[in-house]
Formats: sequence, structure tokens, C-alpha cells
Amino acid sequence: MATDPMTPLLDRKLVFVTGKGGTGKTTVASALALLAAAQGKRVLICEVDGKGELAGYYEAPPMAFKEKEVQPGLFAMTMDTEASLREYLKLQLHIPIVGRIGPVAKAFDFLAAAAPGVREILTVGKLCFEVRDNKWDMVVVDAPATGHIVGQLAAPQAVNGLVRVGLIRNQTDWMLEMLSDPAITGLLAVCTPEEMPVSETIELATRVREETTVELAGVVVNRVLPELFGRNEEAVFDALAAPGPLEELDGLIGGDAGPVLEAARLAVTMRRTRSTHLERLREGIDPDVPLLYLPYLFTKSHGLRTTRQVAGSLGEELGL
Amino acid sequence: MAARPSGAKKDKAADAPAPTMDSLLATKEIVVACGPGGVGKTTTAAASALMAAINHGSKVLVLTVDPAKRLANALGLDGIGNTEHKVPASAFEAAGVRPRGELWAAMLDTKESWDSLIRQHAPDEQTRDEILANPLYQNIAGRFIQSHDYIAMERLYEIHSAGEYDLIVVDTPPTRNALDFLDAPERLADFFSSRLLRWLIVPYRSKLINVATKPFYQISDRILGTEFMGDISEFFILFQTMYDGFVERSKAVGRLLSDRRTTFVVVSTLEATPLREAEFFAEQLTERKLHLGAIVLNKVLPDYLQGRDGAKVAETLKDRAEDLAAELSPVLGSADTELGDPAQIARVLTEVADSYLNFQVVALCEMEERASLAVVPDVLATVPFFDTDIYDLAGLLRLGEQIWG
Repeated sequence: MATDPMTPLLDRKLVFVTGKGGTGKTTVASALALLAAAQGKRVLICEVDGKGELAGYYEAPPMAFKEKEVQPGLFAMTMDTEASLREYLKLQLHIPIVGRIGPVAKAFDFLAAAAPGVREILTVGKLCFEVRDNKWDMVVVDAPATGHIVGQLAAPQAVNGLVRVGLIRNQTDWMLEMLSDPAITGLLAVCTPEEMPVSETIELATRVREETTVELAGVVVNRVLPELFGRNEEAVFDALAAPGPLEELDGLIGGDAGPVLEAARLAVTMRRTRSTHLERLREGIDPDVPLLYLPYLFTKSHGLRTTRQVAGSLGEELGL
Repeated sequence: MAARPSGAKKDKAADAPAPTMDSLLATKEIVVACGPGGVGKTTTAAASALMAAINHGSKVLVLTVDPAKRLANALGLDGIGNTEHKVPASAFEAAGVRPRGELWAAMLDTKESWDSLIRQHAPDEQTRDEILANPLYQNIAGRFIQSHDYIAMERLYEIHSAGEYDLIVVDTPPTRNALDFLDAPERLADFFSSRLLRWLIVPYRSKLINVATKPFYQISDRILGTEFMGDISEFFILFQTMYDGFVERSKAVGRLLSDRRTTFVVVSTLEATPLREAEFFAEQLTERKLHLGAIVLNKVLPDYLQGRDGAKVAETLKDRAEDLAAELSPVLGSADTELGDPAQIARVLTEVADSYLNFQVVALCEMEERASLAVVPDVLATVPFFDTDIYDLAGLLRLGEQIWG
């Protein structure tokens, strides 16, 4: 398997995007979907466990379980496991009492509260159905954060282990097949070059390999600071920031250059601290897994404008 | 850094000294650090506990959920497990401080905490063993997402009621929704008293006779299979024996959170998304009549990035880079040495200026966010951006001194 080249990210049909809180998981998911749509694909993006933020990334009105077009060729929906159960019962099982909402809602409450893995199965199941239906070239999932994604992706096995017969059991087999096929499904992990996000990503990579059948398709390193100086330039900077030359500079411009040089010093140290974490990430992740670097955006940080900028950088990293 | 009284209380508080993090940690017994992910909750909790141990001569425990490895090591937490460890004197010596009190640390082990809860509440040994061995239980304790939230608060209650510490600072688990852990005790009580659960523990045959519940069982059976439904029933029949103990306990946990001795510290950065979440959280605390003690804003860019003067200097450096470089060249060396190369000096000046202007955009956004903060707590602490990671007591101390105010 190691000798096979990995399926390129945009050629996969089902991509789960995860990441530690605060690393920009939703930003990357929304940008990836936008990029794929710009490539002429018909794309569905689904927010799972979201707080309704995804809509803002496309300047779109609040989203629902039923998908809506938010950009040309790009449709967005938000996961609702109860609606997913109802749809499943109706389309797949032809359960006669559908229509009477009461029992369904109660059954759902019970299933979700008491039977582990069922909520996750209804989520993964809905996404797999969307892929199987061939309505989309790509389904992008703004998935749960790193702490919860493994439970989500491992749900079909967990349910297989607990439930030996029944309709759910019949469904998990083909879902597993789809999730296990690296030509179809992939996981994209988002992190920033900081201590905890890098540690969590390395740990995630191990858990995904050991506990799920899904392939880690790539790691996005978000908010990478630009390199300010080449080696010689840094020596010049250090000389410039020494008391004598700095005074000279202050005199030349008739102002205080101190804060400006101080800010550059901060930027250099920040980048240096971060680069040690980047090295740790590169060493901790399977060398076949591509790392995609996205620059720190020094602009206002939300809305479609940002999504477009990130999509642009992501496209460059993917060689488009 | 700056403590200021909230607007509404300004008149009343005029005589009394403004509360600070110092006074908050001196008077409360429980401090719950909460907020969105990735904002430095764990380090803030640890730094607060450290400052209290150093300054107040009290016995302080920091209960953390998932510390960075290097930080865990610094606190003497090298394995997993619920045991409380005393932070060794050598760690304080290395940081160059002498604590008046003691600092203890413990990590939260969800599985172990659930097991001990079962041991405590099971009516007899046989029930205990059957529950602990039940595959559904293992799934619930290990994977059930809500169980994480509940167990953190449960552990807090257990430690507090043992009466071993003057102050417990707890770092909350990363939840899907920052509020989950507040609702967890009540949700667990609700679950145990739900009609659904009562249906489940009715012997299987009589379920199919009851007209009202029959459709529910038909659906569940078809989806999950009769056998699995049987497993679930069995598990909850066992669990039911612990009902009273669990419900009583979760109510006690809820009471502890709203006790006057408990306060909440909301941690955030000044980035828009986490800050909105933190604000929402602070509002919810007030709505639930829980005590919002402080808001700690982490990783705030330095003030010198905000000034108009700095921007003017940066513009000048860019505009006049070449002639400045020519003037500076003899100061730094000569035109044919590496340091004195005017073209290189001009490039450095331009880079430096661009970098300043870039960061200024971010700093101004942060300033704007802080000014528009919808909730004004008694204590608002601002912690500057540290250019290196915090992984030892000395680092926590630097952070703590900023929070202290």
C-alpha cells in the first residue's frame, strides 16, 4: 500500500475535515469546498455539530438539513440526526408507521441517549448515502473536532461490535466499505504550528490509523507566519537594532523606530518557536501524508472574502 | 491586567477596593476555567493555581483535563490516572520562587472516574461486577461524549467534599458546546428519571402488549435487532439499582456549581470567533445565576502595535528605505561588507516596516474586539502574547503575574 501514490485530495468523494478547536477547521473546510466548486465540481458541504457558523463563511442565510446552493455549484447543509433518522426510515426501510412523528421522535431520543454510536452512525450514514447517490462529485464534511472525530469515524465498527443483527447492522457493512476505500474517502486534519495543536494532530494520526479504516489524506498547517529575513538579513537587522545604529535611525526619520523593530523581533521569535513545532509535526506524521501550508492572514478574519483567500492558497498548495 | 468595576456597580463599588484576580483566588474555594478551545484554558488554570499557592500560603489543587505533555511533566503528572500529586519543591526552585503554600496537580481520567462512581453506588458486588463488565457500559464510559462533561464536575465535587484543599482550580474539558458541562448533572438526572428509561426496564414481553409503546419498540427492534434491545434493557435494569444515588449526587454537583464559594473564569483570545463564544458563555453564566468572576484574555498582541506613530514610522521606513540605507551603511560597516550593503539594509527596512503594518491590522482588530466586549466582568485580565511556549513553572509564573494584576 505504501508504494501506491495517494489519491489526490480533490479526487476523493468524501472528505472529513477535523482539527483542534481554534485552528481554523471550519475555515479550511469551507475553503476546500469552494475550491472544488471553482474547479467545476458539484459539491456538498455539511456542517456536523456546528453552531451554525458555516453559513457566515459564505455570507449565506442560516442553513438547514435540506441542502441549499450557497455559491455556484456549491451546496451547504447542516446535520440534524433526527431528520437523518426520519429520512432513513422513509427511504430505506419503508417502515409503515412513518408519518406518525411521535414514536419516531421517541425512538430517536432513546437511540441517541442510550445506544452508543447511533447518533454517529446516523451522521456518517447520511453522508455515505449522499456519496452513494452520485448527486455530488465531492462531499466535504466540517466534522467534529480532533477529540471527537475518531468516535465518529469508528462508529460503524463500534456498532458492528455491539449489534449483531437488525437493519442498522445491514447498513454498516457498505458504509465501512466506503469509508475504508482511500480512493473515495479521506480525512484532512487542520492544525496550527503550535505545541498543543501539533501534539493533538500527531496523536490523531495514530488513532485514525489504529482505530478507524479511514485514510489520513493530508494535514493542513494553518496560519504559517512568513519568513522575515534570510540569514544575512537577520545579521543586518540585529546590527540595526543595536543602541547606536537605532539612535542614528531615529534621528534620520525624526521618530521612534523602536516599536517597529521590536515588532519585527517578535515576529521572528514567533516564527522560530513555531518552526520547531513544524519539524515535530513532519517527524510525527507518515512521510506519505502531504502537509499543506496556509499563510497567516493579516486581514480581518471572517466572511466569504477570507474563505476565498484561503481557497486560493489551498489551490496553490495543491498545485492547481 | 487592568481590573475595573463593571459599569453598573461603579457607584456602589467606589469605596471598596476593586476586586482583582488576587482577591478572587483568595476568597473562593472553586475556580472553574472555561471557554472555547485553543485559547489557553489549561495554562491559565495552572498559572492561577500557581499564583495562589505562591502568594496565599494555601493548599491549592489544579485539576486539568488534557495538559500539553511538557506542562504535565512540569507539574509532576507523568502518567495518567486520577491521583493527586504535589508539585515538587525542585520545580519551584528551578523557577526561582518559594511558595508560601502548596501546589498539587491531578489529571482527569474519565474511565477510572466512572468506574469509581459505579463502585460507590452499586448496591452489591454482583451488580457492580456485571455493570463494569457490560460492553454497553464500557462504551458509555469510554466514548459517550457527554460522560466527559459530567465526570469532570463529579470529580470536582468529590475532591471538594473531601476537604483537602483551600482552593481547587479546574480546567474544563473541550466540549462541543462550551456549556455542556454545566448542564451535564441535570441531564444525567433527567435521563435517569425519563419515561423512556422506565419503558426500557419493563420486562420485554409486556412491552409488546402495551398499545402506546408498541410502535416505539417495533421501530427500535427493526433498527437495532431484538438481541441488542435485550442487551440494552439488561444494562439499564442493572443501572436502575443505582438511580437514587446517581440522581442525588448529580443534584449535589449542580448545587456546588452555584454555591457562593464557586466562581467561573472565562478564558478567550481577542479573535472574533472564540471571543463571541466566550461572550455567549459569560452571558449564560449570569443567566443561570452562576458567578462570573473574571474574563482572562490571552495572547493579546502588545500595545506598541496599535499606535499611529508606529505606523507613520513604518511608512517612512518603506518610502525612504533606499536613502536611509545609504545613510546607515557607514554606521553598520562599509558598502562592500555584508552588514553595510545598502541594498540589503533597504530590504531589511522594508521587511520590518511591512511586518509592523501587517501585525498592526491584527492588533487594531483585537483592540476593537476588546472595546466592544458585551459583558464587563469585575475582573478583566489581559495577558500579552508570549513568543515562546509555556512548559514549565517559570513560564506559568510569567503568565500568572500578568493575570494577577
